Amino acid sequence: MTEQPSLFDILGPIMIGPSSSHTAGASRIGYVARQLLHDEPKKAIITLYNSFAKTHKGHGTDKAIIGGILGFGPDDERIRQSPELAKKAGLEWEFKFVGDFVRFHSNTARIKLFAKNGGTVEVVGASLGGGRIKIQEIEGFPVDFNAQTHTVVIIADDVPGSIQHISGAIAQRQVNIANMFVSRMENIANMVIELDQALDDDTLKEIKNFSWVKFVRLVEPMLEGSSRYEK
Amino acid sequence: MEFSLLSDIVEYCKREKKDMAQAMVDYEMRNKHLTREQVYDGLMRVLLVMEDSVDQGLTQQVISPSGMLNNWAKQVYNAPIETLGASLKKATARAIAVGEVNACMGKIAAAPTAGSAGIMPAVLVTMMEEHKIPRERILDALLVSSAIGLIFAKNSSFAGSEAGCMGETGSAAAMAAASITYLLGGNEEQILEAVGFALKASMGLVCDPVGGLVEEPCTTRNAVGVANAFVSSQMALAGIQSLIPADEVIFATKEVGDLMSPKLKESAQGGLANTKTGREIQKKIFKTVE
Ligand code: SF4
Repeated sequence: MTEQPSLFDILGPIMIGPSSSHTAGASRIGYVARQLLHDEPKKAIITLYNSFAKTHKGHGTDKAIIGGILGFGPDDERIRQSPELAKKAGLEWEFKFVGDFVRFHSNTARIKLFAKNGGTVEVVGASLGGGRIKIQEIEGFPVDFNAQTHTVVIIADDVPGSIQHISGAIAQRQVNIANMFVSRMENIANMVIELDQALDDDTLKEIKNFSWVKFVRLVEPMLEGSSRYEK
Repeated sequence: MEFSLLSDIVEYCKREKKDMAQAMVDYEMRNKHLTREQVYDGLMRVLLVMEDSVDQGLTQQVISPSGMLNNWAKQVYNAPIETLGASLKKATARAIAVGEVNACMGKIAAAPTAGSAGIMPAVLVTMMEEHKIPRERILDALLVSSAIGLIFAKNSSFAGSEAGCMGETGSAAAMAAASITYLLGGNEEQILEAVGFALKASMGLVCDPVGGLVEEPCTTRNAVGVANAFVSSQMALAGIQSLIPADEVIFATKEVGDLMSPKLKESAQGGLANTKTGREIQKKIFKTVE
């Protein structure tokens, strides 16, 4: 049996309007970029493609993405003031627009982030509707994950046994691997590992310490209600 | 646990001697490994956001960035003339309120989409007020609406780009009609009749938002969707039958959506978006906002 939709896919998401694809999904892409940077961002260069490029203003796509980069969930009312809040937080940003780019889904954003401490990361994500997203590219590597569960993203030299080493490190912590995708490009392997629960920093460090690993990050799910609604 | 048709849900209700709300609790608990409490907590979060979005639209300044929406909800709520009494007037205002809050980047609960998010809150808040229904019962009405949405999403589509506006405000009106029917004691068959009526009234409704923004005609279509829900439910509760069964009506919406030109499905290239005034507004908005 394929996975059945939740009734909260129908009654929800709880989100900042006006559009689940152009606003809620956009903020989630920004949030994933922030997590991949894993540091306070000081600068963002954001390229919007296709429908995102054409209608971003009316849908607040720009505010949503900046909000996501600041760490706001799709239901966080601070999204509306995100440009002002970004200025206060010392985040500079720049938007570029590409009206027609057929290779990408109609609602796609490319986000390049620069950290206060010098690191950078570049990610491409598409917003699929209903607040769902698909991360398609990290640091130039094709990936494919929806950031709806704890996801470890690893870029490494494609050495024999690398998968065993990594899954071994994760298994040691009694964390279950739900899915694992590996893609290879010219001796570089990209692994996207979806987990049933979060992974602690030590394990991430352990993976990072393998000499052949170039990049490892944990992306936490950004589901509705993660900035909990309280009344 | 899987439901493919509305009739599957009705069958489950009969077999398990449960109502549609409890059938959906079972569905969610089993498929998502949640406790009953977690399901109801989630529903309460949705309801609180719905109530809040109605309140905000009726009390705060809401002018959308494009300028197309400008505090209409309050204007309707306070209108001196009532076509059919205060309740319909207030229900209309509530639907518009949520549409305005959504357009102004306020917080809403998509039900089933952001564009159609005004119908369910307007109907539920009105039912609470008019029929003195406690919140707990309203959560069950949300569950019933989710049953309709679940099957609609499977056999048709919520996307304006696939099923036009019948996928958004049409499905929302059907979900709301089911809720009203349930709250007023309708049985499973009557709930489905109400769904059938509401969808038949929305059959072929195109998605043609001016400037591609979820404002015009979306907001007023939400308001009319509320009336659709109350009228459809009224007929069902009186015992009229919608000759074509609701499941088949849903398949028809899919067929009609597939037959619709892409110009009439969210691309802002046909219908109201493509009128002389629609085009002029689009030009103006994108100049001033840019
Ligand atoms: S017209 Fe289109 S965008 Fe507006 S509510 Fe209907 S389906 Fe949604």
